[in-house]
Amino acid sequence: MVITLITLFVMGLMLYVMVKFSARKNPVPSATTHNSLVEVLWTVIPILILVSIAIPSFRLLYLQRDIPAADLTIKVIGNPSWNWTYEYPDLGVDAEGNASVSFTAYLLPRAEAEQKGVPYLLATDVPMVVPVNKTVKMIVTSDPEGIIHAWTIPSFGMKMDAVPGRLNEDWFRATKEGVYYGQCSELCGKDHAFMPIEVHVVSEADYNAWAEKVKTAGAESARDFLFAKLKAKGQLAQN
Amino acid sequence: MAHATAAHDAHDHGHPTGWRRYVYSTNHKDIGTMYLIFAIIAGMIGGALSIAMRMELQEPGIQIFHGLAAMAYGAEGEAALDQGKHMYNVFVTGHALLMIFFMVMPAMIGGYGNWFVPLMIGAPDMAFPRMNNISFWLLPPALCLLLISMFVEGPAGMSGVGGGWTLYAPLSLDAGHPGPAMDFAILSIHLAGASSILGAINFITTIFNMRAPGMTLHKMPLFVWSILVTVFLLLLSLPVLAGAITMLLTDRNFGTAFFVPSKGGDPILFQHLFWFFGHPEVYILILPGFGIVSQIISTFSKKPVFGYLGMAYAMVAIGVVGFIVWAHHMYTVGMDADTQAYFIAATMIIAVPTGVKIFSWIATMWGGSIEFKAPMLWALGFIFLFTIGGVTGVVLANAGVDRSLHDTYYVVAHFHYVLSLGAVFAIFAAWYYWFPKITGRVIPDWIGSWHFYTAFVSANIVFFPQHFLGLAGMPRRYIDYPEAFAGWNLISSLGAYLSAIGMALFFYGIFRAFTSKERAAENPWGQGATTLEWTLSSPPPFHQFNTLPVIK
Repeated sequence: MVITLITLFVMGLMLYVMVKFSARKNPVPSATTHNSLVEVLWTVIPILILVSIAIPSFRLLYLQRDIPAADLTIKVIGNPSWNWTYEYPDLGVDAEGNASVSFTAYLLPRAEAEQKGVPYLLATDVPMVVPVNKTVKMIVTSDPEGIIHAWTIPSFGMKMDAVPGRLNEDWFRATKEGVYYGQCSELCGKDHAFMPIEVHVVSEADYNAWAEKVKTAGAESARDFLFAKLKAKGQLAQN
Repeated sequence: MAHATAAHDAHDHGHPTGWRRYVYSTNHKDIGTMYLIFAIIAGMIGGALSIAMRMELQEPGIQIFHGLAAMAYGAEGEAALDQGKHMYNVFVTGHALLMIFFMVMPAMIGGYGNWFVPLMIGAPDMAFPRMNNISFWLLPPALCLLLISMFVEGPAGMSGVGGGWTLYAPLSLDAGHPGPAMDFAILSIHLAGASSILGAINFITTIFNMRAPGMTLHKMPLFVWSILVTVFLLLLSLPVLAGAITMLLTDRNFGTAFFVPSKGGDPILFQHLFWFFGHPEVYILILPGFGIVSQIISTFSKKPVFGYLGMAYAMVAIGVVGFIVWAHHMYTVGMDADTQAYFIAATMIIAVPTGVKIFSWIATMWGGSIEFKAPMLWALGFIFLFTIGGVTGVVLANAGVDRSLHDTYYVVAHFHYVLSLGAVFAIFAAWYYWFPKITGRVIPDWIGSWHFYTAFVSANIVFFPQHFLGLAGMPRRYIDYPEAFAGWNLISSLGAYLSAIGMALFFYGIFRAFTSKERAAENPWGQGATTLEWTLSSPPPFHQFNTLPVIK
């Protein structure tokens, strides 16, 4: 990486002057105080390096922030009681316009996590489930009476603050099936470290089956149904 | 009238002694000394908080904070655990506020600035000596208010402010901290801010009006330049913070709704106001360090600073650009892409003047005749560690990358490399450089050198692994973490204990200086020390430059 090279370059220069120009080796100091050429060079070269960093950086930024058409939309709400509520408006809305599929994911307590063989402080009791290779749009917000949280899955390169009174949108497209974890990333009080995020990326067929189940039987039954299916296929290792 | 004349004469011929000398002090050197002692006290409290946090984070699980909560607040069982979790956030907040407002700023600006700006520009004292007194004496009450806030109710049933030094609304409003602890913290920051604003006015007036004949702006030592830029940043940014926290105060107590979303307010507005102050603030913390390091590198290389004008105007440029980059702390709040792109570009520009400074320091040493005395070691450590903190800053400037690293330990590592290993190393460099001048006594060079070696090794053990933790995704301000992060956290904690041991050398150095009979010469550093303070006795007379020096 560029930063390592720059750091090594500065360290090399420093070691060089420290050895070459120590009082023992060089008792008489020079009186040079200006050299326009090097001064211009060490201004211009860093600018060129920065421009070369900026170009891919801007590209990445616009790739992230130009939000493509969504295959699936999920709304996530950070709660004042330090947990996350997930809503799937695509799976139907009631007469008042509220998503009919809405469930809250709590931290899996240490004993249960250890018994299941899943990581404590990352695992939740019910996971958010998404299909693989689909563009998922996340609407991120917080309880209007609550405080700011931040929803993130580091593996998806996604982090978005959940701000009361604001709807933030972001997106990801997971290309590999599996379990992904995240943790609240904006200081939110005593249980800031205890509101984990667990996302299962599954095949489209498994997702559809889970979606049918969650509509009728609720998040916990749908989770058991999905996990049994994945275990049978050898795609999920937990007790 | 006769009475007034008599009082005036008395003022000319003596100065108060005993406690009056300090409490009523209008002498820039006495006030500077009080600032330095104040900074040491605050630094010890802030350091103790950080050691407690590293003890907690040494291994996964909650080890000590429920016990601390039980001791401090008498909570038991489940309540102690809850209070312990909150108390960790209180420690995070307290550590940051103490180190920023009550350690680094008083040490650099109040302490070294007060002592050496008048000496370096050939002035008898500061422009407003009595205002100087109130600037200092606002700080102890501010510190008391902050410490009191740790023992009164914040969130329901819990003590202290756990909102982070950023005090983001609505966590700092009724939704997060309904109790009076937050009001105490806000008033503490108000007092500290007022102190700094008054100090800033004093420094600006002094530097513009009280330079000795011939001391043009372009002949001022770089330390004076650094203080000049710093106090301008203070003067322009602190009122914004004062406004923001006043709005918090009225939201909390008088029914306004600037930041209350359920009443139509906007929490993001607070973040913009806070960081409009907050970003210049981090340059306020580091700029005097730039000045200190320039003086020391030049002294011990026995060469004038290379590219003096470039160095001075690089600081001005950093100060100016520092005001237009604030929202790079807010890439994840939901800003649109074009705004983020602007803040990326503006932020990366800062790397250019900073690079000029790093290269100019190296060029100052180039061809010099370098003596590796303790202050020089600290200054060299500063340059190297600040470079590491600088390059990770360029990484974080890129919104696309910052999306992953925001609010992780990578950020913690970054700002500790520039502040703990940058600003604090500069403070220690100045300590060993100017201690003989301030006290007239001598700290043996080996103590300063070994203090440096232990600090250099231990600080790197503390903070370098935190880069790895951040890249692995560990969020900051966490009392407990998944097993996967255990290894590097343990190493980081061990480094923190080593650094605490290193601090013993610092105090032993002071002890040795005051118990030994050795006295410092006017100029203990030789031909390289060319600024005016070295022409005076050590310590300088109570009033110096009765006849102004003339600079050719």
